[in-house]
Amino acid sequence: MTSALLDVSGVTLQYKTPRHLVTATYRVDFSVHQGDRYVILGPSGCGKSTLLKAVGGFMAPVEGSIRIRGRKIDSPGPDRMMVFQEFEQLMPWKTVYQNVLFPMKVTKKFPAAEATKRAEAVIEKVGLAKFRDVYPHMLSGGMKMRVAIARAMALEPDILLMDEPFAALDALTRRTMQQELLALWDQLHFTVLFVTHSIEEAIIVGSRILVLSPHPGRVRAELNADGLDHNSIGKPEFGALSKRIHDLLFGGDQKQHASEGVA
Amino acid sequence: MTESFRQSPVRTEREVDLVDAGVIGDVERPLTFAERVVNNEALQRLTILVAIIVIWEIYARWLNNALLFPTFTETVKTFSKDVASGVLVDRTLTSLRTLAIGYAFGLALATLLTTFAVASGIGTRILSTLTAMFNPLPAIALLPLALIWFGLGTPSLVFVIIHSVLWAVSLNTLIGFRSVPETLRMSGRNLGLKGARYVGLILIPAAFPSILAGLKIGWAFAWRTLVAAELVFGVSSRSGGIGWYIFEARNDLDTATVFSGLLAVILIGLIVESVIFRELEARTVNLWGMQR
Repeated sequence: MTSALLDVSGVTLQYKTPRHLVTATYRVDFSVHQGDRYVILGPSGCGKSTLLKAVGGFMAPVEGSIRIRGRKIDSPGPDRMMVFQEFEQLMPWKTVYQNVLFPMKVTKKFPAAEATKRAEAVIEKVGLAKFRDVYPHMLSGGMKMRVAIARAMALEPDILLMDEPFAALDALTRRTMQQELLALWDQLHFTVLFVTHSIEEAIIVGSRILVLSPHPGRVRAELNADGLDHNSIGKPEFGALSKRIHDLLFGGDQKQHASEGVA
Repeated sequence: MTESFRQSPVRTEREVDLVDAGVIGDVERPLTFAERVVNNEALQRLTILVAIIVIWEIYARWLNNALLFPTFTETVKTFSKDVASGVLVDRTLTSLRTLAIGYAFGLALATLLTTFAVASGIGTRILSTLTAMFNPLPAIALLPLALIWFGLGTPSLVFVIIHSVLWAVSLNTLIGFRSVPETLRMSGRNLGLKGARYVGLILIPAAFPSILAGLKIGWAFAWRTLVAAELVFGVSSRSGGIGWYIFEARNDLDTATVFSGLLAVILIGLIVESVIFRELEARTVNLWGMQR
């Protein structure tokens, strides 16, 4: 085995709908190292969300293997905390504080006293100290997303799995959230596996990008994107990388897909 | 054509200082006393009640026949007399005790059934079939059977109450469990929650609006069934319930007492509905923003 934190090798994923057997990904390989901001990028239908679910342990590959720290993944677990696109992941019957505390409480990863301290600290860090005792329905979309990230981070998982976490946000909030995610990463250097359909978001958020082709999802490329963030949007290397990914995905046929996959 | 469509007159740009918003005051201001009074639900309901009472009183006086339709004042007089002498309190407590036993058993069984139902596909099918069969069956129709099985007395009453609570609560709980968002389920399983902990910590609170609706329907069914059943046979034991109180009064052609019995039934319904369940709602689903 390699020294990678997460090792995905030759993974084929299939799921059944009432009428069809759908192959979501076909023999996908990649590995994520400690501290990576690893982005899985692809148009809709490339099985990127399915891939993330498989890493989360919600479905088993029909072929190949997924290992975390050398151990085979066979069920969901708090070592791989998921942050979902939808805002429903927060429990409406718990306050912000209780929502952040809950995962630590049920997994008993930390002693009670430490758990409460950690919850307070992480809420402070995502700037929601004022909203500590507020219920989720009173928060804006961006704030809910911050709580979701806070509750995942407080647990200190081996890897954070994010399924298009900012897709449902408005453009301004999305930008802020991307910046906040990067700022948090600068502080904590956690490992994150991030799924998106936006080339721009992939370049900004990711340190390494896995480009998938659709129907079924297969690896098209694996690229480095370290050191590019919002400030480099206008720079030539940003544009070049963006164009390169675009060409990889759409084979240079810019007219037909000009708007697709770019948010 | 598109060319002309895109042409718009050249206009100058502008940047202005913000208009002073002082005229409308703060963005947020407390409502005035009058505004709050108009919005107060309790007050509105009280007004409706008073209106009904006034209409009742006027009609009864106009009819002037105490045997058919006693006035409100007369009813209240009988009611307070029987409350003071303890007869009505006694009867009501007997009924409520039976109700509490039946309701508790019904809830326990419903919890058992639905937990079993969410645990497996076959369990779901069993529960949906059972509810489809028994939910439309009026509990009171089972009373003759209950009398054969358990004889005259509390066990028969408890049996029909369980029947009226069980299916309503199970059905609503199951519907509630089914409508829990997939994301919430996954985020629960993500933490490694399984079995009873998963049901208790995720499914039940997430389905609470629906469970609460089931509890309310179950309560109303049970209360109705109980009073009706007591009308059929309270005869056996001397410690009859509120239905028996009404039945006795009818035999004596004492309509004011019949009315006072009905008043007691309504009052208890109102208290349970608008005090107990309201409070429960305010502290749970309303607070959590799951229900308006």
